[in-house]
Amino acid sequence: MSTTETAPAPAPTPATPTKRRSSARDTALVTALSFLTALVISAILIAIADPQTRGSFKYFFHYPGDTFRFAWSAIWHTYQALFYGAIFNPHTAANGTMSGYLGPISETLTNATPLIAGGLAVGLAFRAGLFNIGGQGQIILGAIFAGFVGFHWHLPVVLHLIVAVVAGIVGGALWGGIAGFLKARTGAHEVITTIMLNYVALNLLGYLLSVKGFQAPPYGQAISNPVDHNATLPLLLGGSLRVHLGLLLSLAAAGFVWWLLTYSRLGFRLRAVGANPFAARTAGMHVENSYVVVMLLSGALCGLAGVSQVLGTNPQLTGDIDAGIGFDAITVALLGRANPVGTIFAGLLFGGLRAGAPLMQQYTPIELVQVIQSLIVLFIAAPAVIRAIFRLKTSGSSVGAELAKGWNG
Amino acid sequence: MKLELRGITKRFGALTANDHIDLVVEPGEIHALLGENGAGKSTLMNVLYGLYQPDEGEILIDGQPMTFAGPGDAMAAGIGMVHQHFMLIPVFTVAENIELGHERTGGPLGLLGFLDRRRARREVRDISQRYGLDVPADALVQDLPVGVQQRVEILKALVRDAKVLILDEPTAVLTPQETDDLMEIMTSLKQSGTAIVFITHKLREVRAVADKITVIRRGKVVGTASPDSTPAELASLMVGRPVKLNIDKRPATPGDDVVEVDGVRILDEAGAVTVDGVSFSVRGGEIYALAGVQGNGQTELTEALVGLERADAGRIRIAGADVTRMSTDDILGLGVGYVPEDRMHDGLVSSFSVAENMVLDLYDQQPYSGRLNLDLGHIRRHAEQKVEEFDVRTSSIGHAASTLSGGNQQKVVLAREMSRPLKLLIVAQPTRGLDVGSMEFVHQRIVAERDNGAAVILISSELDEVLGLADRIGVMYRGKIIGEVAGGTDPALAEEIGMLMAGQTGETPTGATR
Repeated sequence: MSTTETAPAPAPTPATPTKRRSSARDTALVTALSFLTALVISAILIAIADPQTRGSFKYFFHYPGDTFRFAWSAIWHTYQALFYGAIFNPHTAANGTMSGYLGPISETLTNATPLIAGGLAVGLAFRAGLFNIGGQGQIILGAIFAGFVGFHWHLPVVLHLIVAVVAGIVGGALWGGIAGFLKARTGAHEVITTIMLNYVALNLLGYLLSVKGFQAPPYGQAISNPVDHNATLPLLLGGSLRVHLGLLLSLAAAGFVWWLLTYSRLGFRLRAVGANPFAARTAGMHVENSYVVVMLLSGALCGLAGVSQVLGTNPQLTGDIDAGIGFDAITVALLGRANPVGTIFAGLLFGGLRAGAPLMQQYTPIELVQVIQSLIVLFIAAPAVIRAIFRLKTSGSSVGAELAKGWNG
Repeated sequence: MKLELRGITKRFGALTANDHIDLVVEPGEIHALLGENGAGKSTLMNVLYGLYQPDEGEILIDGQPMTFAGPGDAMAAGIGMVHQHFMLIPVFTVAENIELGHERTGGPLGLLGFLDRRRARREVRDISQRYGLDVPADALVQDLPVGVQQRVEILKALVRDAKVLILDEPTAVLTPQETDDLMEIMTSLKQSGTAIVFITHKLREVRAVADKITVIRRGKVVGTASPDSTPAELASLMVGRPVKLNIDKRPATPGDDVVEVDGVRILDEAGAVTVDGVSFSVRGGEIYALAGVQGNGQTELTEALVGLERADAGRIRIAGADVTRMSTDDILGLGVGYVPEDRMHDGLVSSFSVAENMVLDLYDQQPYSGRLNLDLGHIRRHAEQKVEEFDVRTSSIGHAASTLSGGNQQKVVLAREMSRPLKLLIVAQPTRGLDVGSMEFVHQRIVAERDNGAAVILISSELDEVLGLADRIGVMYRGKIIGEVAGGTDPALAEEIGMLMAGQTGETPTGATR
């Protein structure tokens, strides 16, 4: 025997059972800090963009107080305007009406409605390994279908609304389904097909808005006939506030997506295909079929966003019916980490930023509002930066790493 | 050059990967670092190579303390490393790969940034001759067999004047013959004064070539041994308990044909033939091994059996059904269990929990789900029971599969595939990367499945595994089964199969060479 036994081996350290929860908290923390950092950096940009502050630079060394005073004033007013526009405005509330009190919140919710639906769409596709950037096209198709049923058909109350909503969802689903089908059948990358389908949808809409029967008389403007009152989504808080039933539909959709991903058979398959298509195929799952299904569902959710636009917020089709929601939805899904609950909050945040933008413009260029949004996403996509700034410890491979790397199915 | 590690400690969070490890490597010595997977061998070598900074301890070269901020420092100090996965650029020539990272300009246009290719080629020739490496300087790396690619890696280290060469699991990818060649090269390097740190968990190789053996278990040096220790002594030192190295199995009692493969031909995407008219049959209650070096068509053939690959010609029948054009789902439904060779790629969804992975191919069946909903309670109970039965070491079935060690991941795949009555079990490289302890367990389960009457197809490039488990062995070479022999543990048989794996069908009398 020529071997020698020395120290006894220690027992292996058990992994902590709270790991999952702490990683969720970690995600929330990094997201919140990203937001905060974006606000701070934007504040600097707001100060620089302010002409009065810039003017005071000339005599900064003689009288630096001015610079700081002007800068602070610009920043304070801008963010105050954001608050007034998105959450609560004491000036309008002073007249004591409900719309005065709830106006800003109503605007935030109205803006958030299609963003939540669109964010869910992008997030769901992402969970199945696909990057749906065709939100724009799918929203437009949803709006065309819903709008057409809304103004061309004349059905009884309730029924008309239901048919129009369903039509919009089907329209979006079909448009998304095309990309899914192409991917499943030919392997065409969904990023390319959805972008191209965006152009097709955009120009289809432009064409339709010049066709008689679609275009509203007297045919001078690119705008469709208005949707029948029967087919519009009822307002939730009375006539003077814009928030409409679409909000509840979006929240219900979030509930559906949450159920789908957590408890359903189909969701299990979609998640498996998204996380590892090879293992999913080996386990006998139909990967191609999953791509079609998830693009149908994703398109349907975008269709719902189109429905809220054309039957709720703005009951008449225009060339700008998408209002940039298709692309903001990608950001919302990113911010919400492709998770239904996170997507609701992200949608509300972006709804708030959109609602606050008009008032903010009095103090700062409109472009800066978009810069704030972009900065938030930038930091979320690069969590390492936030960790470095705030000296957070890394907890495994978690937050946003997969998002930062790219959404390549 | 004498290399000394003193009290090296490396922690990752709560885990101590290396716990006060001491190691001395003398010039001209082959020092084997033996240990199970996850014992801390690779961490230690990464510390030595400057990829990790130790939390405690120091590295001394000829008595001088050194700090390595990165591999560059380690290389400059004369340490070279050959990784398990080669760091070569396939579309470059050997000479170009060797120049990579320290390209020099030269020749008449050197000042303009032209590379001195002639010198690179000469260097490759000189050094490969000196150590008997036999590497063609102008061949593209992608055209070379794996064994030669490995020599290119070794050459890369030698060109940079490595005095200590670290070989990380070098034989994992080699044929038995290539392994023998490598051992010869190691010996010749040793004679020229180069020290070699040889990381492995294969006992036979250690005994054949090492001068000194240090055994690491759970981050600590648990002992040293001399090469004349018996395999059983080494194995128990490595695992920490007595281990049975031979696989216990009764003679097979084969039943009816379960698998009939008839003239199957498979083409790859480029239209090249990967499986070329293969026919064989496997009966219930027997283990049929498809032996062969990786890349000789076994993978494609296996995938065709479970419907992941389509045969271009020929027919496959499993349990009486023609499965040649059947979907994977339906084939698995016939009572086929499939353990793919690359478990992280094809066997598991690494971000899914252990419980979810346990039902990856059963989730849509009773009782794990209803018409629409998953039955999460059932899935959980199933996972708890299987974790217990297969001794999967995880603190929670809710943890992601990626947090498990390789052996435990493999147990999850096996547990899943064996959790329903099987007519056919296909296991590909079932113990790749597993330690001796897990290997023993996996082998027992495979034999148990055979004894239950299932047909078992084993795809393995490990000769020992094939010999230990198989009742019949078909050796694949370049897409064909070039020989079929009965199983057994006769050393002459090992010789014969080794020759067949290398493509030599010459009728040399078996056993005569030994």
